[in-house]
Amino acid sequence: MSTHQESGSVGVTQTLTARLFTAEAPLVLASGAELGPVDVAYETYGTLNADGSNAVYICHALTGDAHAAGWHEGARRPGWWDNLIGPGKPLDTTRFFVICSNLIGGCQGSTGPSSTNPTTGEAYGLDFPLLDMADFVSVHRALLAHLGVRRLLVALGGSLGGMQVLQWSLTHPGDMANAAIIAASSRLTAQNIAFSAVARRAIMADRQFKDGQYAAAGTSPAVGLSIARMMAHITYMSEDAFTEKFGRSPQNATSRRGFGIDFAVESYLDHQGTTFLERFDALSYLYLTRVMDYFDPFARGDALSLLRSHPVNHLVVSFDTDWRFSTEHSLRILRHLEGARQPVTFRELKSAYGHDSFLLDDPTYHATLRAWFDRALEVGL
Amino acid sequence: MNTASLRLDLQLVADQIFPGSRVLDLGCGSGSLLAHLMDAKRCSGLGVEIDPESVLGAIRRGVPVLDRRVEDALVDFADDSYDTVVLSRTLQTMLRPEFVLSQMARVAERLVVSVPNFGWYRNRLRLLSGRMPVSKEIPYQWYNSPNLRFTTLADLEDLFDQLDLIVDRRFTYTQQGRRLRMYGQSANLMASAAVYVLRPAR
Repeated sequence: MSTHQESGSVGVTQTLTARLFTAEAPLVLASGAELGPVDVAYETYGTLNADGSNAVYICHALTGDAHAAGWHEGARRPGWWDNLIGPGKPLDTTRFFVICSNLIGGCQGSTGPSSTNPTTGEAYGLDFPLLDMADFVSVHRALLAHLGVRRLLVALGGSLGGMQVLQWSLTHPGDMANAAIIAASSRLTAQNIAFSAVARRAIMADRQFKDGQYAAAGTSPAVGLSIARMMAHITYMSEDAFTEKFGRSPQNATSRRGFGIDFAVESYLDHQGTTFLERFDALSYLYLTRVMDYFDPFARGDALSLLRSHPVNHLVVSFDTDWRFSTEHSLRILRHLEGARQPVTFRELKSAYGHDSFLLDDPTYHATLRAWFDRALEVGL
Repeated sequence: MNTASLRLDLQLVADQIFPGSRVLDLGCGSGSLLAHLMDAKRCSGLGVEIDPESVLGAIRRGVPVLDRRVEDALVDFADDSYDTVVLSRTLQTMLRPEFVLSQMARVAERLVVSVPNFGWYRNRLRLLSGRMPVSKEIPYQWYNSPNLRFTTLADLEDLFDQLDLIVDRRFTYTQQGRRLRMYGQSANLMASAAVYVLRPAR
């Protein structure tokens, strides 16, 4: 029975790093290319129980990192999914063992294009191999082996995170009992790819991009990356959310008309673009968005054959104001899973906030996840 | 536990479902029928429900459920993809009952439909007195009723005919839940509700 304890924090957390592949025993990518060494940054919360039946893997979205919950020493904000993870929260860390890792190709502790290429001694830049959703799953699985987790109770992710979960459940259904795919897509639309294309163009057309060798040149395509972020951020919110947050309020009551930051929303986007530079790398943006563009797991005729023999209980959730990955994206996933006779639950939740809703603590959303997690724990592996 | 709390018409519906079958329950509420079938009859199932609290209840119970309108959900299911499709006390809330029944016949070879009977004599008396029927089966005022379509058993059976749905069995019962052993039109007068087992003629 659920107890009504106060929702708490997992407290101070630290990001750890594991070397999961080496130059001698490299990661073999879906493309056939090899990558080594591969380091992966991760955090865990809670304790793996004696029979190893309470492990939950969090797959993060495009710009996420391993720090999903709790506080880093001296930080002003907690981890990116702190409202979900902690004592008394839907992913109650007194009962669940939660793992979150940074994607390879990323830039927040895991090996990516800004890491050092052992053959040149300099940053990989555009020599870093192109990645596939399957490569993310390979690395997640290697981390599980490293942590001694044999099977997951739940794999969970929103947006690009949900896409990893889908890839994972399709290709290794034996790895998990339950899979939650939130605000995700099984195939980007032309519009989705178009937005990513403009973001990449902004980065690559920045003079400081220098064919991806900007780190060696001691510079970075800051203007391009911040424009990419500003534009992407618009797609993460609904029109209503922008209206509610800013309306048409001016940034400064007294300022004259011009081409500067006249409106509050302009200031907000500018801030989003600038702060993004502190935590994200332009090359990672190129590599990770490209993985999303090419993701199309149901294109394979036998995509669902493994799941048919090892069913996984799926949860598919969308938000009605999400226009980045609209409900139609989730329904496509649902149709394929239901068609393959998988136990699947679907909800389209009401939210004013668009794609970013999956990160917010809307009561119905969290009640849905809580009910589903609680049931998962009750049934076990 | 689920069995004990199963509503009478749901128990009747449950009795019509073969062990191990794949069941689609349209308007599944909080999933009590499916939970019972999954536990007691090794069925696999999927529910469709639009009421938010009921959906949450089904999720907590471990019943796979789609939070969608029945009409929208139905068109996505493949032909003959379920053994039995159940529609319990939901048909009267559908804007397009004809469409829903024909889609059900496409999706499964066996249909179980339970309905309140607007032709029950007390409803008729109530209407004769100049008032809209209100009863245990229809506990609403005209202005707050979720029911959109009002049918008697006789009218409903005409529609079954028209849609080439064969009535394999019909169970009728009183407001108190007592089974009626009646055939033909007298049930249309005496039954407050009915459960039909149907099969498409194909």
